[in-house]
Parts: sequence; structure tokens; C-alpha cells
Amino acid sequence: MSDAQDPAWVRWSLTLAAMAVVGVLIVIPVAQVFVGALGNGLGAYWDNLFADADTRHSIRLTLTVVPLALGANLVFGVAAAWTIARFRFPGRTVLTALIDLPFSVSPVVAGLMFVLIFGLQGYLGPFLRRDGYAVMPYLFSLLGAGLFAGVFVLFRPTRPRPRGSLWNHPGLVGLLGSVAVFAILFFAQQYFEVWPRDQSLKILFATPGLVLATAFVTFPFVARELIPVMEAIGDDEEMAAVSLGANGWQMFWRVTVPNIKWGLAYGIILCNARAMGEFGAVYVVSGHIAGQTDTMPLRVEKLFQEYNLPGSFAVASLLTLLAILTLIVKTGLETRSPTEGPHVD
Amino acid sequence: MPSVKRRVLPGFSLSLGYTVFYLTVLVLLPVLACFSKAASLTLAQFGAAVWTERTRAAYLLTLGTSLVAAVVNVFLGLLIAWVLVRYRFPGRRLMDSLIDLPLALPTAVGGLVYASLYAKKGWLGRYLVPLGIQAAYSRLAIVLVLVFIGLPFVVRTVQPVLEDLEAESEEAAASLGATRWQAFRRVILPPLCPALITGFALAFARSLGEYGSVVFVSGNMPYKTEIAPVLIVARLEEFAYGEATAIAVVLLAISFSMLVLINLLERWSRGSEAHV
Repeated sequence: MSDAQDPAWVRWSLTLAAMAVVGVLIVIPVAQVFVGALGNGLGAYWDNLFADADTRHSIRLTLTVVPLALGANLVFGVAAAWTIARFRFPGRTVLTALIDLPFSVSPVVAGLMFVLIFGLQGYLGPFLRRDGYAVMPYLFSLLGAGLFAGVFVLFRPTRPRPRGSLWNHPGLVGLLGSVAVFAILFFAQQYFEVWPRDQSLKILFATPGLVLATAFVTFPFVARELIPVMEAIGDDEEMAAVSLGANGWQMFWRVTVPNIKWGLAYGIILCNARAMGEFGAVYVVSGHIAGQTDTMPLRVEKLFQEYNLPGSFAVASLLTLLAILTLIVKTGLETRSPTEGPHVD
Repeated sequence: MPSVKRRVLPGFSLSLGYTVFYLTVLVLLPVLACFSKAASLTLAQFGAAVWTERTRAAYLLTLGTSLVAAVVNVFLGLLIAWVLVRYRFPGRRLMDSLIDLPLALPTAVGGLVYASLYAKKGWLGRYLVPLGIQAAYSRLAIVLVLVFIGLPFVVRTVQPVLEDLEAESEEAAASLGATRWQAFRRVILPPLCPALITGFALAFARSLGEYGSVVFVSGNMPYKTEIAPVLIVARLEEFAYGEATAIAVVLLAISFSMLVLINLLERWSRGSEAHV
């Protein structure tokens, strides 16, 4: 380090200036959150958080919406990273660029897009309102069949079988299996009456809309973290596993996942922090129904508008704790993972 | 992995298929819906929606505050990155971790805190307001939260480049009789420029779409402190979906061009890194 090149007074004044900037911009605000939340004592803090039914509901709602969005983006992130880091194919650059697209869309605009699709005057809104629950059995059975086909492709034994065995026609087995799964799921849903008949399906101003908007905004995080990690690790070990006879499933769980686990953890916590705190997109699709569609950040805003500052700060303090925890885990992961420096957005 | 040879690793079609499917359903179709809704407006309607006095004021405010905040961030970010990389002092690692806080902290919390800190009775407002500095419910307030939001982008793009910089050329400059300031301007700053510009663009792009924090601190007065995303929400609440979409398309166009620009910049800065 070239400490010695700068005279001491330059070093110290620059350091103090940087400390002042960080202090005013970051440290004082964080302190203010906790002072604002705890200013009236611990009892009042507790009441602000858990005595208010709407606040309680907002915490529960956030804890429902975030895991759903996170899970969906996690599966996508792993699939996208596997595709992009392990294979070369036409359109790869375009695909990589498209994954970053949600970062450059204003959250409010993202919310607006879902209003345009699922709103009452939207493209799918009226149809879903009328026939939403009627389509659901087909949709879910189709998803199940697709899932089966995917798992079948991965699990398919690689060793050759005796002549005349059904296993020698994987396409046929896959097709038959998918049809069977579709039929079983479909009739099970009809039989158990999973979907209500006389209600209309609500996506906008309800939990599904919140999940969609959150998933859109946090879409790139996992994929973006995993792609460089996978590229840095290389595919030698996976090649070895496959050539030694592992099927896709075994290779994935025994080789790929252990290799990328820190990158995966890093992507998950960043995605989680952003999902928990998402405001703009969720604000547009939620419709602000207290006790129904208010997530924690929306609750912060509503309490602020109602001049209930201690309540607002109490909810905000939970979110701040989450952010601090995220930073701690992140710092820990950065010292652990071999390939990663800090990544922005 | 040549594409001609048979692929050895499994799961290509499965993962590609799933990636494209999920991307299409969650991202491409909504973006398409936005553009198709905008296309259903006539040109006159579109023009009337995006080009009124109120929208012009909103664009100008959004662009202006984002620009000022990004410029401020370039200086603050350079200062912090420099101190973090070059000096050793107690609390350095803490400061390094704290820089990422704006990325992890929900924007609504940031907005709430800044609004109460700089209000008349807030911790900082009580000293600033008597001096005539209104840092809450004003344009200055918007710039302040945008500086907060954008700070990590500049620091994190400049930091790695600064770490890789060789001390030798500085020492050479010093031994040839350059003052420290000359060495900084002639030797250190030029290779940092691409990173600084990239950080600037990233912070600027992020600020353009920012909503959660600004809505708390700006006061949202039409013509004065109303940014473009707030205007979209206002139109939505009037159920004027067409007009809201038209403004959204303008914002999308701006941010897509920023995205292209950032990609070019990153390529350029990587290129110039290779030359140094």
C-alpha cells in the first residue's frame, strides 16, 4: 500500500471526510430508525409491532409472499445459470441481456405492467375473473405433467437395457408418464374440489399479484450471482461425473450444488433482502387494502401517512434489522467464497 | 463446449426451455403488454399524455435530480473508495460493509428516515431549517435520498480498479518531480475514468426509476416535487391506464437506452483496463 505517499494531514483529512459522509448518509439514518422505534420504551415498541392487527397481518403477508417469489426465482436462477455458463448456443448473449432487463425497469412501471394484464380492463383480467378457477385444474395438471417430464429427463437411466424393454423408448415412456400425471392430477383436483366454483379469481389487489410483482423485480439476482461463479469453477468435475455414469440428477446434487453453494447463498440473501423491501411494484399492484394486501414496506408508508411515526419506525426497524443481517451474512460469504468480489446490483 | 459437437453435459434443452418459458411469462409478456397498450393509443392521445406541462416538469425533475445525485455520488464514491483502498484506519472493514447498506435497506425505510431526519424537528433538520436549508419535502430532499441510494454503485465499481492500480507509475511520477496533486490528476485519474463513468451511469439509471424513498421525502407537489413514477401512480389512481402507460413507455425508453449505454461503457472500461 502506498500509505507513505500521502502526507499524514492529507490521509487524515480524507479519512475523516469519508467517515463524515458515511456517518451522515448511512450511520445516522440507521440510528434514527432504532431511536424512533424504541423511543417510547420496549413495551410501546412491542405493542406497535404486535398489538396492531394490520401490522401483524403485514408481517405475515410479507413472510408468505417473499418465500414464494424467492423460490420461483431460485429455480429460474439455477436453470438460467446452468444454460448460460455451461453451453454455447445462438442467442446466448441476448438471453443474458434479457435477464438483466428487470433491473432497468422502474418498479412502478413493473407494477403497471401487471395492472395492464390482470386489471379489470386488462388483457387477462375479465377472463380470469369469470373463468379463472375453471382453468386452474388444467393449468396445474399441465404444470405437474411438465414437471414430471423434466424430472424424467434428468432421472432417465443412462445404462442400456435388454432388447424389447420399454426403457429403450424414453420418448414414449415420458409421454405416457406425462399423460398419466396430467390425468391423475386433473381428476384429483375435481374430486377433492380444490378450487371454489362460485368465486372469481383475483390476481390483482391480492396475494398472487404481490408475488408476481415481487418475482419480477427480484428476477435477476440469483442468476446474476451464479453465472460468474459457475463460469469460474468450470465444467471439469461435472464432465467427470457424467463420464463416470452419473445421471443428471446425481451430477447436479453431488457436484454442481456443493460447488456453487456459496454463490447460491449470496444470491439468495440479496434476492431476499430486495424482495422483503420491495415497495414501488408492490405499491401499484396491492390496492392498499389494510389487513389484506399491505406488505411490511407498504405498512411503513401507511403508518407514516397516518402520522403514526413510532408504529412506522417499529416496522421499519424490523426491515432494518433484516438489512443489517443481510450485510453480515454477505460479508461472511465474501470472505469464504473463492471467486467472488463484491457485486453491485 | 463447441456447439457442433454433441453436448456431453445433461439438461441443456430442459434448462434452456425452462429459462425461456419463465422469462417470457414473467418479464417479456408484461413488457409486451405495456407496449401493446401504448400502441393502442393514437399518436395524438399519446402526445397529449406524455407532453403536458405537468409531465414535462416531472421528466425534468426526474432527470435533473438523478443527474445531480449521480454527479455528487461520483465525488463521494471516489473519496470513499480511495480511503478504503489506500489507507488503513480503525473501522475500515466496518465502513466497507456499511457501503452496501443502501442496497440491502428497503427503500421505504430509507425514505421514512430521511423524511424524519431533515424535517423541522428532526435530528439534522433542527439545525438546517433555521439556516434556510429545507432538506425535507423539497428538491434537495430528492437529491439527498438519491445520493443515499446510488452511493454503493460508484464505490463498488471504482474500488476494484483502484486496488489493481500499480503504485509504480505514481512513484515514477513522484521521482520525476511531480507534485502529489499532479500525480493524482495525470497518473491515477485517467485509468479510473471508465469505472467512474460506469458507476455514474449505474447510479443515474437506478435513480431514474426510484420510487419508494422519493415518495416519502418529496412531498409530491405537481410541477414542483413530483417525479415521473409518482405521476404514473397518480394517473393509475385516476384509472387513466392509457396515459399512465404512455408515460411508462417514455420512462422505459430512457432506461433501455441507459442499459445499452452501460453495457457499452462496461465493455469500454474492460477494454481500457486490458491496455493499462
